[in-house]
Amino acid sequence: MSLVLIPLLLAAAPASFGQGKFMTKTGRVTFFSTSIIEDIEAINNATAAVIDLNTSQLAFSVPIKDFTFKRTLMQEHFNENYMESGKYPRATFTGHFVGLDGTVLGTAGAHQVKAEGDLTLHGVTHHVTVPGTLEMKNGQLQAFALFSVAPADYGIEIPLLVRENIAKIVSIRVILIGDPVSGSAAPVSRSASPN
Amino acid sequence: MAVLLLLAPVAHAQTDLLGQLEKETVDPQKREVVAATFKGTHIINSQSVENPGKGTMAFLIQHRFGTLNSGAYNFFGLDQAVLRLSFEYGLTSRLAVGVGRSSQEKTYDGFVKYRAIQQSTGARAMPVSVTLFASTAINTLKFNASPDQQRTTASRMTYAYQALIARKFSPELSIQLMPTLIHRNYVATAPEENDVYALGGALRQKITKRTALTADYYYLFPGNTASNFRNALGLGVDLETGGHVFQLHVTNSLGMTEKFFVPETTGKFFSGDLYFGFTVARNFTVRPQI
Repeated sequence: MSLVLIPLLLAAAPASFGQGKFMTKTGRVTFFSTSIIEDIEAINNATAAVIDLNTSQLAFSVPIKDFTFKRTLMQEHFNENYMESGKYPRATFTGHFVGLDGTVLGTAGAHQVKAEGDLTLHGVTHHVTVPGTLEMKNGQLQAFALFSVAPADYGIEIPLLVRENIAKIVSIRVILIGDPVSGSAAPVSRSASPN
Repeated sequence: MAVLLLLAPVAHAQTDLLGQLEKETVDPQKREVVAATFKGTHIINSQSVENPGKGTMAFLIQHRFGTLNSGAYNFFGLDQAVLRLSFEYGLTSRLAVGVGRSSQEKTYDGFVKYRAIQQSTGARAMPVSVTLFASTAINTLKFNASPDQQRTTASRMTYAYQALIARKFSPELSIQLMPTLIHRNYVATAPEENDVYALGGALRQKITKRTALTADYYYLFPGNTASNFRNALGLGVDLETGGHVFQLHVTNSLGMTEKFFVPETTGKFFSGDLYFGFTVARNFTVRPQI
């Protein structure tokens, strides 16, 4: 029995050692709303994310109260009226990469990927597909994504008086630099990368 | 059997990566400041514990019409108006300064507001917010008496000191207590007191996401001022419209700074000596946060 297992384990080993789990607690999520009347931008530098290349899974947790706006009043409205961050303190994404070929990350440069999963905002969940890039650099996993959401889809009401000030579609940009999680397999790509 | 054991952690990771992430990053003990105890820097007559915010300049227009019981001849008070214009600026997230000008007695006022304690949740939670408020007002009316009776600058000055103690009990309900001292360098008649002590109370009750009912009241501690003047009472509604907050109210006090509404309120609220008024605040971002 065990003799049969050994070759199986050996066969599985390269795959799991060639990848790893990467995590950050200081990921940056920014959003932009552009309208004829005004542009609104907010930055969040406290996004937690984990990407597990072993399983192609990823998860994000964005603390809503950590979004900083140019205007303090906007920030207050965003938390109190739009996102109701007391009731829904976090936005989350949980999903997996579609057809991610782990070995390709060993080569230099950014690689196009697609993540599919559940985005939960303001207590409402939608299944979304988000394009992005992954790049292995200096032993860290860098992830970028640019996508858009419609506040109306997530039950975020915008009062009539400011409807012209806030875009129907809000662009969201995600920038993460994930460090390998200690305890998970060390990525082979560290030695494979030019650095 | 061994294969199952090996697979188990992987399967678990797949289903609950988010759970793991939140377990590692979400700290239930994280200290979070309670925001938006009141909607504006003013409740009705009173200042609230709120400041405009760092780098934000607020321009306030406060308006009081005449009393509603002044009759049709005065268009139920709309013929008369008292105005206060003011600017407030948040030097830091805790410290704000302001200047204002009331048409009543041509009064200029300047104030400092410091958020000493902020209500918070998490580790070492604070049950209340405390803001310290100090203001100086100067009456600049011309004085037409003989030269030897000319008022000195010092005699025109009034000071107000308050501790604003507030708690947001729920997202809907906030209550504030305001121990107050008004010092007047000069009073018109001998029985009036130079130092007037009062205890104010205010509340906000949200009724929808963007509207709230407000009230504030000042109890004058027994003394000559208390027996000759009235306790100030205001009832109002806050309407939020995005960039503005409109506060509409009725009160028995004509004045809009502490030196007027605490010791000098004369209107009998329940006899219809009600002044209809409003406050509009417009915020300008002087130094953007990002």
